[in-house]
Amino acid sequence: MSSRFRANLTIIAAAGLVLSACDREERHSRSKPIGETVPAGQSPDTIYPGSGTPPPLDARAKLYDNNAPAIAEGQRLYMQMNCVGCHFHGGGGMGPPLMDDEWRYGGRIDQIAATIAEGRPNGMPAWRGKLTDDQIWQLAAYVRTLSGQPSKDAVASRSEEMSNTTPQTLTPREPTKTSDTAEQ
Amino acid sequence: MRQITPNNVSKLGLAFTFSTATTHGYEAPPLVVAGTMYLITPFPNYLYALDLTKPGAPTKWTFKPKPLAASQGVACCDTVNRGAVYSKGKIIFNTLDGQTIAVDAKSGQQVWRTRLGNIQKGETITMAPLVANGKVLVGNSGGEMGVRGWIAALDEGSGKVAWKAFNTGPDKDVLIGPRFKPAYGSDRGKDLGVKTWPPNAWKIGGGNVWGWISYDPALNLIYYGTGNPGPWNPDQRPGDNKWTTGVFARDLNTGQAVWFYQSTPHDLFDHDDINENILADIPWGNSRRPVLLRPGRDGFFYVIDRRSGQVLSATPYGYVNAYRGVDLKTGRMVPNPDKDPKQGRVTRNICPAAPGLKDWNPAAFSPITGIVYIPHNNLCMDFGAMEANYIAGTPYVGADVKFYAGPGGNRGVFTAWDPLKRRAIWEIKEDLPLWSPALATAGGVIFYGTMDGWFKAVDARNGHLLWKFKAGSGIIGQPISYRGPDGRQYIAVVAGVGGWSGAVVSLKLDTRDPTAALGFANATKDLPQKTTAGGMLYVFTLPR
Repeated sequence: MSSRFRANLTIIAAAGLVLSACDREERHSRSKPIGETVPAGQSPDTIYPGSGTPPPLDARAKLYDNNAPAIAEGQRLYMQMNCVGCHFHGGGGMGPPLMDDEWRYGGRIDQIAATIAEGRPNGMPAWRGKLTDDQIWQLAAYVRTLSGQPSKDAVASRSEEMSNTTPQTLTPREPTKTSDTAEQ
Repeated sequence: MRQITPNNVSKLGLAFTFSTATTHGYEAPPLVVAGTMYLITPFPNYLYALDLTKPGAPTKWTFKPKPLAASQGVACCDTVNRGAVYSKGKIIFNTLDGQTIAVDAKSGQQVWRTRLGNIQKGETITMAPLVANGKVLVGNSGGEMGVRGWIAALDEGSGKVAWKAFNTGPDKDVLIGPRFKPAYGSDRGKDLGVKTWPPNAWKIGGGNVWGWISYDPALNLIYYGTGNPGPWNPDQRPGDNKWTTGVFARDLNTGQAVWFYQSTPHDLFDHDDINENILADIPWGNSRRPVLLRPGRDGFFYVIDRRSGQVLSATPYGYVNAYRGVDLKTGRMVPNPDKDPKQGRVTRNICPAAPGLKDWNPAAFSPITGIVYIPHNNLCMDFGAMEANYIAGTPYVGADVKFYAGPGGNRGVFTAWDPLKRRAIWEIKEDLPLWSPALATAGGVIFYGTMDGWFKAVDARNGHLLWKFKAGSGIIGQPISYRGPDGRQYIAVVAGVGGWSGAVVSLKLDTRDPTAALGFANATKDLPQKTTAGGMLYVFTLPR
């Protein structure tokens, strides 16, 4: 969805803006149930014995990635659930940075959702059972905005907080391959 | 010791080094007892014993306490440890995950271990214990996690808790009884640790003991400061928030409070009052007074009568605009209403910033010069207060903050302060915040380290730079001076940048976010270009 949509933007800017306005209001319907689970233990690894092929991206990812309402809801949760107290606005503190290109446990949305749900051994709390799976996916969608992953029309053009962080439309896009250089 | 003097310190050279196998902020001093040097590292809190009687100081033994890995996720400001102590054949230290451990100094075998903290609540221990008359005094950290502060006394022989006093809550928990006679009226009344808070807020109100404890054997009193109230957002906790951000004097045997002085009632800026209490007997008026000398985080140098808690003087030792001064009649800090943070608003240019004019790193008092040598900060901040949610085991702060250099543009200052004349006799401006403690030697030389790795010796009389050495990592560790088994004077320090100020390096933070590391990332943005993480002991001596 996003790549086709960006093509539209570059070719016909005006049409793109119209589409963008429609996209931002799109919400997934509750009448058609989605598989509301977090991929437990989604592999953060980069070696896949036998084939070398990473598991396919979870089918639910597309419901949250690039979804403006999901991202906005994820941002609210990021503040209220105190994610911000450890990771701040992406620069990190007690927890590692989320705005850079180092992803110890994988930067795919399903990998991030798994990290939030299961926790990680060096201090990341496990949120499964404390947040709904839907909320965990929304948080994961927001976390990806900190390193500029979603298309710019899905993110807020101004900061919701009082800090002096730059608007997310200006967040540079970082690579998301798994990397384990940040020990903590 | 007097072997090293301003005249010969320029000849100081390396005697030996030792790698600690850790790369987080190293704040602890080495400890030398009977020909052995003991080093306690940041998480995972390795304890090393080095044999100083042999060339190169080989390792005698290593004790690995194996603290819980998850404790790293609830330690607010890097996974530091501030030191081990020696008493009666044992080395005693705390682990990040909340244990106090005694190890046999000769064999390196564990004697006892006591779990005091619970990381599920966000509780850690980073402070150095103090042993006094058979009791091991320990306090908790977690002021940024809504952890209720306490101090405990353990029996030195068994590790069993003899008494435990909370710093918030009802008098029976705080160990306030008939002996409690604070100097000022605002500290008198029943259960102030409950009444000066919104309902139940004292249960998650901070007031932790992560700094220094002093002991006066003549009065049999211990002195320690209490940390910030939680959350940082002051609008969520109207009231004086007793007994946070103040100094307690307690009876060593029973823990009963004797007096309390609150430096900043209803703290607005994370101005923990945990800084060191230097015991000195100084001329005051026509007599000699037993006092505490306290270079406070709030920017004031306090001289407090240590028998009564009466403030004799409180003078800013650097740039302060957050407060107007201390009313010596009531003992009360007069805040500057322009700098009062309000929820939903950003208050700008608050000086000193949250780490204070001086943070944890102790000043050194020289009884020879009568001067207090203070390594400190010159930082201001913008503070955006917002509602904090309490979820046990997660941060409870409610503030979007960023720090930057104060007036003059230098982020650190080394001040030689005359506590009687209440003025600086000299000062050295440092580019980076000063996070290393100071050492004053009888030879008249002052040592301190900088966050970009310079270890410096200056003249105690005038601050002139006499010698410097570039270490492999920034220095936030405490230098010591000791007499080696060969009778020579040695100076030792561990280089290992980190802590709150150096977390940008030791935790590899992204400095594009000014609010990272509770706002410190903005003030030390350039640090990753100036130093790298490490953990290396350096020991110096004069050539034969």
